[in-house]
Amino acid sequence: MDHADAAQPQDAAASTEVASDSSDAAVVCSDVVIRYGDTLAVDRLSFTAHRGEVLALLGPNGAGKTSTVEALEGYRPVTSGTMRVLGLDPGRDHNALVARIGVMLQKGGVYPMLGPAQVLHLFAAYYDDPEDPDALLDLVGLRGARRTPWRRLSGGEQQRLALALALVGKPEVLFLDEPTAGVDPEGRIVVRDIITASRDKGMCVLLTTHELAEAERVADRVVIIDHGRLLAEGTPAELASGTADGSVRFSTDPGIDTDSLAAAVAPGATVVEERPGTYRLIVAIDTPSPAAVAALTGWLAERGLALGDLRTGQSLEEAYLSITGSRAVPEPEADQPATSGRARRSRGRR
Amino acid sequence: MRPLMAHLRAEVTMIFTNGETLFLTLGIPVVFLLFFSTVHVLPEGTRHPVDFLVPGILALAIMSTSMTALSIGTGFERGYGVLKRLGSTPLGRPRLLTAKILAVLAVELFQAAVLIGVGYLLGWNPGGPGGASALVGEALLAMVLGTVAFGGIGLVLAGTLKPLVNLAVVNALFVVLLLLGGMLIPLSKLPDWLAALSKLLPAAALSQALHGTLGHGTPVAARDWMVLGVWAVGAPLVAGLTFRWE
Repeated sequence: MDHADAAQPQDAAASTEVASDSSDAAVVCSDVVIRYGDTLAVDRLSFTAHRGEVLALLGPNGAGKTSTVEALEGYRPVTSGTMRVLGLDPGRDHNALVARIGVMLQKGGVYPMLGPAQVLHLFAAYYDDPEDPDALLDLVGLRGARRTPWRRLSGGEQQRLALALALVGKPEVLFLDEPTAGVDPEGRIVVRDIITASRDKGMCVLLTTHELAEAERVADRVVIIDHGRLLAEGTPAELASGTADGSVRFSTDPGIDTDSLAAAVAPGATVVEERPGTYRLIVAIDTPSPAAVAALTGWLAERGLALGDLRTGQSLEEAYLSITGSRAVPEPEADQPATSGRARRSRGRR
Repeated sequence: MRPLMAHLRAEVTMIFTNGETLFLTLGIPVVFLLFFSTVHVLPEGTRHPVDFLVPGILALAIMSTSMTALSIGTGFERGYGVLKRLGSTPLGRPRLLTAKILAVLAVELFQAAVLIGVGYLLGWNPGGPGGASALVGEALLAMVLGTVAFGGIGLVLAGTLKPLVNLAVVNALFVVLLLLGGMLIPLSKLPDWLAALSKLLPAAALSQALHGTLGHGTPVAARDWMVLGVWAVGAPLVAGLTFRWE
């Protein structure tokens, strides 16, 4: 789905108004502030999630993701701003909403001594028109563990059961708080497939994750937040290209003549050896990448050098790191002072 | 109706399939009844010990279910996030509470049936040897008030303490009230000051009420009604004000 509001933060408030008018907006946050005592957990956050869309709230731990989702689920009030889920107020209209939303908490939520079959049948009885609990057991791959008490299930099995419980009421909006945390690779595939299938059925899926790769794989759109603030919003591809810097990354033998290469590519270009054998070629923004790449590969070919990785633009990971100023992924340089992180963050907000 | 019945069935199933809870609600009362009616460690004067024991142990059973078992179960459900998760289902808090109350009453009925059966086998003679008839209606009302009072106390603890702390506190409270509540040890054996204090607690008020109505066929004293009534109103009220669902 291609949305006009997939853009930078300053557009968010305006685009939210547009989106909330469209009938497929399932979750709308506008200017939401959540404060616990002196702690500001969510700071003027605005975004919209639509039916038939997977939206990921991506950010480091403590960014305000869970506070936002739990307010949407009706667990906590917002300090100011408005939230709408299916056009209803999550706090005031809680009783009307619970039958139409599916919730997966970050942790727990299941009777420790009940097995998956028992608890799924129990939850199914709460709804007027539930999914078939046995079919759900098959879907999440827990048929073999149907009688195992919850406390003896593995972390991944517990997460898959929690996901099944979120689905049992045939929800229109699915809230998943860190759905793949602690799930093994096979379980992750199951969880991703279920998320995609739910989206294809027309559900709105709002999930939180601190794992970039997860957001990139499963989400149609990503909202990056940190310190409770929206830093960027868009499809994974848009976010990656939105912060492209005209550089080309490649690897070859260590210790090549970087000045000679830079001169061969274009006037004003520079080549930096970021790690031994890993280089970044920075060209003026208006130089077309294909020409730069042609010049680069030609220069390497003349000298009989092998070419390893070659990549232009940024991955979502690099975009995310540059936007949040996060040190979540180790970088070759030593940790920079906190002020540097803030400077980078504010660049992302511009 | 379907959500309520399904949840009630789950609550009752969990009580009857949980070993510790069964031991607490059935094992301890039955063992105490058998032990103290055959091993005469409690001096009883002229009365047959089982006539004293059955009403006291009925009070004990009510306390074990409505206070201890309810509190421990609810505390762990709170700790495991079950109560929180149920908050985003259509079950809703009113039906959750109703199911819990009905589950406690169902277990109490079962306890009463077992204990009264065992009591009769041991030669229990309700109403006392004089043949005075037991006041069943008053006894039932006292049991309901006791259930509400103990349930409130259990939920005050379950709604504020961490699950393991709650487990320890509520078990300790169970033992203290068992010893001070006139259930196994007659209040007359306690020092005066302790007996006076004990009579302000719901355990003694309930056991005195049951001893009177089921033992001697005497009506419940106004003072015991008052103590039970105050606890039955106050404890749930405090629970409602202090209970934290997460």
